[in-house]
Amino acid sequence: MNNILGWIQLALYLGVLLLVTKPLGLYLIEVLDPRGRTWLDPLLRPVERFTYRLAGIDPEKEQSWKHYTISMLAFSLVTMLVTYLMLRLQGKLPLNPQGFANVPDHLAFNTAASFATNTNWQSYGGESTMSYLSQMVALTSQNFFSAAVGIAIAAALVRGIARHCADTIGNFWIDLVRITYYLLLPICVVFAIFLISQGMIQNFKPYDSAALTEKETVQVPKTDANGNQVKDAQGNVITVPQVIDTQSIVEGPMASQVAMKMLGTNGGGYTNANAAHPFENPTPLSNFIQMLSFIAISSAMTYYLGRMVKSPGHGWSVWAAMALMFLGGFLVCWHYETVGNPILIQLGVDPADGNMEGKEVRFGLMNSTLFATLTTDASCGAVNAMHDSFTPLGGLVPLFNIQLGEVVFGGVGAGLYGMLVFVIVAVFIAGLMVGRTPEYLGKKIQSFEVKMSMLVLLVLAMDILGFTAWACVSDWGKAGLNNQGPHGFSEMLYAFTSATGNNGSAFAGLTASTYWYDTTLAFAMLIGRFLMIVPIMAIAGSLAAKKLIPPGPGSFPVSGATFTFLLIGTVLLVGALNFLPALALGPVVEHFLMWSGKTF
Amino acid sequence: MNILKELKISAVLTLVLLVICCGIYPVFIFGAGQLFFPEKANGSLVYDSDGKPIASTLLAQAFTADRYFNPRPSAAGSNGYDPTSSGGSNLGSTSQSLHDAVKQRVADYRKANNLPDSQPVPADAVEASGSGLDPHISIKNALLQMPRVAKARGLNNDALKKLVDQYTDGRDFGLLGEPGVNIIKLNLALDGKYK
Repeated sequence: MNNILGWIQLALYLGVLLLVTKPLGLYLIEVLDPRGRTWLDPLLRPVERFTYRLAGIDPEKEQSWKHYTISMLAFSLVTMLVTYLMLRLQGKLPLNPQGFANVPDHLAFNTAASFATNTNWQSYGGESTMSYLSQMVALTSQNFFSAAVGIAIAAALVRGIARHCADTIGNFWIDLVRITYYLLLPICVVFAIFLISQGMIQNFKPYDSAALTEKETVQVPKTDANGNQVKDAQGNVITVPQVIDTQSIVEGPMASQVAMKMLGTNGGGYTNANAAHPFENPTPLSNFIQMLSFIAISSAMTYYLGRMVKSPGHGWSVWAAMALMFLGGFLVCWHYETVGNPILIQLGVDPADGNMEGKEVRFGLMNSTLFATLTTDASCGAVNAMHDSFTPLGGLVPLFNIQLGEVVFGGVGAGLYGMLVFVIVAVFIAGLMVGRTPEYLGKKIQSFEVKMSMLVLLVLAMDILGFTAWACVSDWGKAGLNNQGPHGFSEMLYAFTSATGNNGSAFAGLTASTYWYDTTLAFAMLIGRFLMIVPIMAIAGSLAAKKLIPPGPGSFPVSGATFTFLLIGTVLLVGALNFLPALALGPVVEHFLMWSGKTF
Repeated sequence: MNILKELKISAVLTLVLLVICCGIYPVFIFGAGQLFFPEKANGSLVYDSDGKPIASTLLAQAFTADRYFNPRPSAAGSNGYDPTSSGGSNLGSTSQSLHDAVKQRVADYRKANNLPDSQPVPADAVEASGSGLDPHISIKNALLQMPRVAKARGLNNDALKKLVDQYTDGRDFGLLGEPGVNIIKLNLALDGKYK
C-alpha cells in the first residue's frame, strides 16, 4: 500500500515537473531577452529602467565574454564583502532581539563564500547564530544574487552556442536585473505566502518562551564564575540539578528567506535542521512544492536551451538524460532506506518501518529519500532528513549525485552549464569513435573547447579528492568527526564534495565550524564555483565567434535516444572513474560491515 | 572595460537590490502573513488561560509521563526538544552509540507499554527525528501507547481512540507524505488545554 502511494507520488512529481517545464521555459526566453515582454512589464519596466539609470548601466550595450566574466566577478566580490562585513558586525546592527554576537572571522568568511557561490554550506546553526538582519539581508541577498548569477552564466553560454560569428554574448548587468525582477521576485512573493499558509513563520518578534507542561530536571556541569567546569578531587565533573521549565520557540522572518532558498537552489536553512524543521517545512504539501521549486528553473533551462538553439529536441534530450539519472538514483536510495538497518532490526525495531533515524514522520521514507535525491541532483543542499544517518548505500546516492558535477537538473543555471560541458565531451567522444571532426549544433568542437571542458572536470575531481585527502591525514580533519570507521571517512568526503559541487548539504555530524574546516571548505567552494565558470565562459566566447557549418550526413545528431544515452554514459563514466575508489573506501565498505553487524 | 567602473556598478546595483529583495520584499511578506495567516506566521502557538504561550503545535516537547503520549527521541540540544538547537543525531548506521541508544529505547518502550519481547517496536519510537522537534508519531506507535495512557488516565480505549483519530494529520490530498499523530495537540487536548 505504502509502496503504491509512493509510486503515485513519484509519478505525480515527474508529471507536474514536466508540465511546468515548457511554460516556465517560454517565460525564461522573455526574461533573458532584454527586449522580451512579460505580463509584469507595466509594473516592473519602470523599476528596471530606473535601476539601470541609477547604476549607470547602458541597456543597449552587449559585452564580450571577458567583459561579461569580469562584471560577474566584480559583482560577486562586492556582494561577498557586504555579506562578510554584515556578519562580522552583527552584534552592533539592529534587528537582533536575541543579542547574537559578531560572527567569528573564519565562520563569516566561510559563510560569505558559501552563500556567494550558491553552495550554502552551513558551519553554524542559524537559530543560534544569526540575527534577523543577518538572515534577512546578509544571507537572503546572496540567495537572490548567486541564483541570478548562475542563470545569467547559463544564458550567456546558450547565447554563445546559438550565435555565430558574434563577439558578444549578452550583458551581465541586464541579465542579473531582469532575472531578479521578472523571474525570482514574483515567484518568491507567491511562494512565501503559500509557505506561511502551511505553517511557516514570518515575524520580527523575539523568541517566545513557552511554559512546559512537563517540567524536567537535568544534571548539568557546575561552572565557576569564568564559565569553566568545576571538577572534584578525582577530576570528575561536578553536576548540579537544573530545572527546565520553558521551551524557547524560534521566531523571525523565515518564509521570505526560505522561498528564495528553495527557488534559487541555495538550500541554506534558516534553522540548523533546515527543511526537516517543522517550521521550515510544515506539511507534506509544503514539502512537495519545495521539491518542485528547486528543480523547476533548472528543468525549464533545458527548454530554454532547445528553443534558443532552434532544436527543441536537443533540449528535451538533455532533459530526458537528467530525468533518467534522477530516477536511477532515487530508486536506489529509496530501496536501501526501506530495507533499513539490520543492526537495529536485530534489536527489535520493526523491519517494516525501514530506517527512520534522522527522518520526520510526516515525510516518511519515500518523501525523505525523494528530497535527498533531488536536493543533491539540484545543487540545492536543503535537507528534510539527515543524510548522515542514511544507510550506507542510501547515503551514497546523494554523495554520488554531487560528484557527477551537479548536472542532474543541477543548480539554477549551474546545472545547465555543467551539463553542456558534458555534452561537449560526449560529442567529442562520439566524434572520435566515428573518426570525424566533432560538431555541436553546426559548430566545430576543437581542441580549445575540449581543453576547457577537461579543465572543468579536472577541477571538480581534484578539488574534492585533494581536500579530502588532506583532511584525512590531518589532525584538524579527523578532530571534527562524529562517526568512526568508514563512515567517518564518508563525512569528510561528503563535506568537500558538497563544497566543491556548491551543494551545501552535509553529513552534518561533522563539526566544521573550526578554523581549518571553515577555511578549506571556503576555498573548495570558491574554486568549485569560479574556476568552473571562467573556462565555461571562455567556451561561450569561443563558440559564439565560430562560423556556422550546415549539418551534413556525417553530423552527429544531438537529439533522440542515442544522444541521451551517450550523454548519460559520459556523465556516469567520468563520475565513476573519478570517484569509485573513494566511494569504495567509504559507503561501500560500510555497507558490507553493516550487514556483518560491525559497529564502531 | 574598466575594473573600477565595474566595481562602481556592482556597488550601486547591490544597494538597489538590497532595498528591493531584502527590504521591501520580506516586509511585504510579513504584512501579508500577519494579515492572512497571523496564527501561523507567529509560530502556531498554544496559550494558557492567562494568555501565556505553552507550546507550538508544530514543535515537540518532552512528554515522558505515562499519562501522555511520548514523542519521538530527540537529539536537539543536550536534553532534547530544544528549538534553538534543532537537528538529528547524525549517527551513521554502523555507530556503536546509535546501537546502544536504540537498544535502551527498545527495552524502555516495551517496559513502559507492557509489551512482550517478541513485539517489534515502531522505528519512529526509538529512532531520533531529523529536526529533534518532530511533533508527530506514527499511528502504529500511538496505538501501542494508547492502553498505557488510557490506564493512567482512567479512560476507556474507545474514547481515547477517537481523540487519537481527531489529532491524526492524514496525507495531504490523501496522497502526499505519511499520516502522523500530532502528540502536542493530543496531549494538550487530554489536559483540556487545546481544543
